[in-house]
Amino acid sequence: MDLTFLAFFAPFIAAVFAPFLVRIAGHNAAWILAVVPALIFVHFAGFLPDVAEGGRVTGGVQWIPSFNVNFSWLIDGLSLTFALLISGIGTLIVLYAGGYMKGHPQQGRFLCFILMFMGAMQGLVLSDSFFMFFVFWELTSITSFLLIGFNHNAERSRRAAMQALVVTGGGGLILLAGLIFLWNMTGVSEFSLLLGTGDLVRESPFYLAALILVLGGAFTKSAQFPLHFWLPNAMEAPTPVSAYLHSATMVKAGVYLVMRLNPVLGETVAWETILPLFGGATLLVGTFLAVRQTDLKLMLAYTTVASLGLLVMLTGFGTEKAIEGAVLYLVAHSLFKGALFMVAGNVDHEAGTRDVTKLGGLLAAMPITFGAAILSAFSMAGLPPFVGFLAKEEIYYGIAASDPWSIFITAVAIVGNALMLVIGFAVAVKPFLGPKVETPKSAHEAPLLMYAGPVLLAALSLAAALWSGLFHQFISSPMASAVAGVPLEITISIIPKPGLALTLSIVTIALGVVLYFGLARLRAAMAATLEAIGWGPDLGFDQFIRGLVRLSVVLTRSLQNGRMEFYMTATFVLLALWLFRTMFVADEWPAMPAFPVLSIYEWVTVAIIAIGLIAVVRAKNRLTAIVSLGIQGFAVAILFMLMGAPDLSFTQFMVETLTVVILALAMTRLRLSPQDHRSAGQTVLDGAVAIACGVALTFILLQILQTPFDRTLTDFFNLYSYSLAQGRNIVNVILVDFRGVDTFGEIGVVMVAGLAILALLRIVPKRSLGSAPAPRVPEAEPVAVGKE
Amino acid sequence: MEIAVAALTGLYFAVSIYLMLSRHIIRILLGTVTLSTGANLTIFAMGRITREVPPIIPSGLYLPAEGAANALPQALVLTAIVIAFSLFAFLLVLVMRSYQELGTDDTYAMRDAEPEGEPLPPLGY
Amino acid sequence: MRTLIFRATAPYLTALMLLYSIFVLLRGHNEPGGGFIGGLIAASALAIYGIACGVSPVRRAIRYHPMAISGFGLFLGAIAGVFSLFAGVPYMTGLWVYPTVFGVELKLSTTLIFDIGVYLVVLGAITSIALALEEKERD
Repeated sequence: MDLTFLAFFAPFIAAVFAPFLVRIAGHNAAWILAVVPALIFVHFAGFLPDVAEGGRVTGGVQWIPSFNVNFSWLIDGLSLTFALLISGIGTLIVLYAGGYMKGHPQQGRFLCFILMFMGAMQGLVLSDSFFMFFVFWELTSITSFLLIGFNHNAERSRRAAMQALVVTGGGGLILLAGLIFLWNMTGVSEFSLLLGTGDLVRESPFYLAALILVLGGAFTKSAQFPLHFWLPNAMEAPTPVSAYLHSATMVKAGVYLVMRLNPVLGETVAWETILPLFGGATLLVGTFLAVRQTDLKLMLAYTTVASLGLLVMLTGFGTEKAIEGAVLYLVAHSLFKGALFMVAGNVDHEAGTRDVTKLGGLLAAMPITFGAAILSAFSMAGLPPFVGFLAKEEIYYGIAASDPWSIFITAVAIVGNALMLVIGFAVAVKPFLGPKVETPKSAHEAPLLMYAGPVLLAALSLAAALWSGLFHQFISSPMASAVAGVPLEITISIIPKPGLALTLSIVTIALGVVLYFGLARLRAAMAATLEAIGWGPDLGFDQFIRGLVRLSVVLTRSLQNGRMEFYMTATFVLLALWLFRTMFVADEWPAMPAFPVLSIYEWVTVAIIAIGLIAVVRAKNRLTAIVSLGIQGFAVAILFMLMGAPDLSFTQFMVETLTVVILALAMTRLRLSPQDHRSAGQTVLDGAVAIACGVALTFILLQILQTPFDRTLTDFFNLYSYSLAQGRNIVNVILVDFRGVDTFGEIGVVMVAGLAILALLRIVPKRSLGSAPAPRVPEAEPVAVGKE
Repeated sequence: MEIAVAALTGLYFAVSIYLMLSRHIIRILLGTVTLSTGANLTIFAMGRITREVPPIIPSGLYLPAEGAANALPQALVLTAIVIAFSLFAFLLVLVMRSYQELGTDDTYAMRDAEPEGEPLPPLGY
Repeated sequence: MRTLIFRATAPYLTALMLLYSIFVLLRGHNEPGGGFIGGLIAASALAIYGIACGVSPVRRAIRYHPMAISGFGLFLGAIAGVFSLFAGVPYMTGLWVYPTVFGVELKLSTTLIFDIGVYLVVLGAITSIALALEEKERD
């Protein structure tokens, strides 16, 4: 079997075994489980030389051939980089979770969820088929729901999980609509084929609709303003989740989608306006809100929002250099943000708090963690010699120009980057340097499992910049080529070249340093501003959910109001409307039938039936109702006889006898009156509905009777009844021979009805046991636990 | 004959629907009985109606007489009659028991499953 | 309902009706009749007996619980189809044998077994409903 195929399922298989392994080996199970992502990493690393030469590997198996749906994968520079980040960081996260969740009673479940998520995310980036992509996309939403809500005893966790699921899952549905649009426009359902159809898509009249729908999916997943609020709330999850999902992987799924579709949807005015606008807004909002926070994880979360905005902005900007910058920044961000989240987790774990104002002087206690933190912060700030510096240089090369739009975007980028520098150092420096502050726990260095991850990632940030040639050859150039759709060669290195980009970098750093020292004042100003605004999309989400519940309550109560008569009326009104509608629309009315020619006894029978029926409706007492019901039934038996159906006649006769007997037995016992208590208006309304239905059904029957009759089946039964089944009574032969299995089912129904009746009669009424039914106490209004 | 039966089914449906629109369970029950008879007649009429010659092969022959009734709808209706009867018996017992248990034959008053004035569901998470 | 004449004649009437129901059942393949009609006639017979003489004599007379009879009927119906397995033809294909008993050729078939199954199901289920309702009448 293809190893890639196995790699798709390996995380899920490992997830199944995780709880058992943890039960046996405790937190050391992480060492065993980390082997799975590590092997996947090695497997995909094997594709690097191929892809570096511009190769594109596709493969798969047929899944639903009749719908042209395949289980197929696409490995090019873009998906390979993502796959390596997912499996590589995944390995470190599994190890980290082994240390972080050590001794937690649900550690097995946690590792299981993490591995499932890893499988979903990896499937997402490697999928070639739209449908696989969508399935894995929603699977990441579901697994992240499980992870965010991991501490399900806390209402905040539940709310955050629900929010993430509603926003990203809903976005996924929008995305599906967009993908189906693309499928209809191009006729292909695989990314590898779609990439060649860019012109067709861009000229299609449905281009804008498809674009908006696809971006709806990407923006929700990648937390673009104004749907960014779920990401900071998702910090309720344990730190390994934040480090993995909300920095390196899941939130990048939207960026991945935008990058993947750049060759198809890009290079249009809409694309180059919408993306930079939303991305830029997200960048600014994210960084400013990050300044406001004091919780280490929340600061990082808001800068993640900002970074995602930056990536979207760059992807949509449209120059090749901007795409190169985006690619470099994406890799750099995954490395430093993953590391910083783990650092925040270590601080929280060892010192007992992650409030930056209550931390300080941890350097002596946690030197290794500090080392990882400061290296990552340098990368985040865009200082040499780190990969973040390469990214920032390339970004400025890409966007700096003299037209107003470029100046505007560049200004946004400078402010955003400067603020990111501020936050990076606030997270990496403030808790460690300065005077020692009393922390809830006496801090000491985190265990190996917990510092291995951040140290390795920080070292990679450095290595990627020092050996930038190799890095560009194998990772960034192939990836940028895949995003741009044309071969690109990235050459930037840590030796700064004097020029505009370097100047802008220096401006950014200077601005950042100034702002860092004014951080406390900036934070107070931001807090005051937010206080003044008072409303945010986060609160809006609560209002939306509450409104939805209220609306559904109102709808349900008006449609399902507990009144049988209402349901019946609605059903029959709709029946009548629908039947007449069909006749109106098709303009097919039955021809006026000739007046029936009946013999005198046929007339009499029909008349008796009609009289019997009307008597049933008008019956004022039990006896009349029963007798008239019996009369019409027996008359129908006679009618069957006249129409050449002796079997039916006998059956009807016996059934009618039994009906009357049973009805008499039951009604004498119940003393129920069949009398009606309808008001005159109600009578008219019900009568109108009933007559409309009756007329419509008669029309339908007349219509059927006026079409030619197909005798195939009848002739078949007539021909073979005696010659094959040796029976002269064709009705009986059909029942017990030709359609025997049907009849078998029907006698089964009869028997079940008998059993049900016995059961109903045997249930002892509660009241007859002597206990009166409990009086209905009006229930108290429930206390709404949601935040108001 | 077919025309007369078609008109008759219309009457059957009108009567049964009028009965079923009532608030009183015993009338709803009567409505279901007439509804099933109406449906049986409809199925029967769809197979076309002939007079008096039953679908039985006379001895010595291999085919029924010319103009014999259509056997297929008869077979369908025959089981339908028996099942309609089972349904009727079941509904009757259900009516009886609900009347005994709830003390009313008015469907408005039967609100155990969908009580009136239910509180709002919780609005939190 | 429990008049003397009715009570005196009911057992004979019931016996006659039961006999007639079996006759209707057996001739069903060639003449009007069959399992459904036969079962309904037999159930009516027992119901009449129940109305006339009370439910417990009926229950004693038929020995088994009517639902058990019904279940046995369903079992027969299922078994009737299984015979065709041994003949290597699809489920519920009718099979015929023509044994001669006392010089008379009989036509026996699996469809007859099936029809007897139908007869017993209808008889059992409807008798059980009728008897249960009649019992309610009394207590």
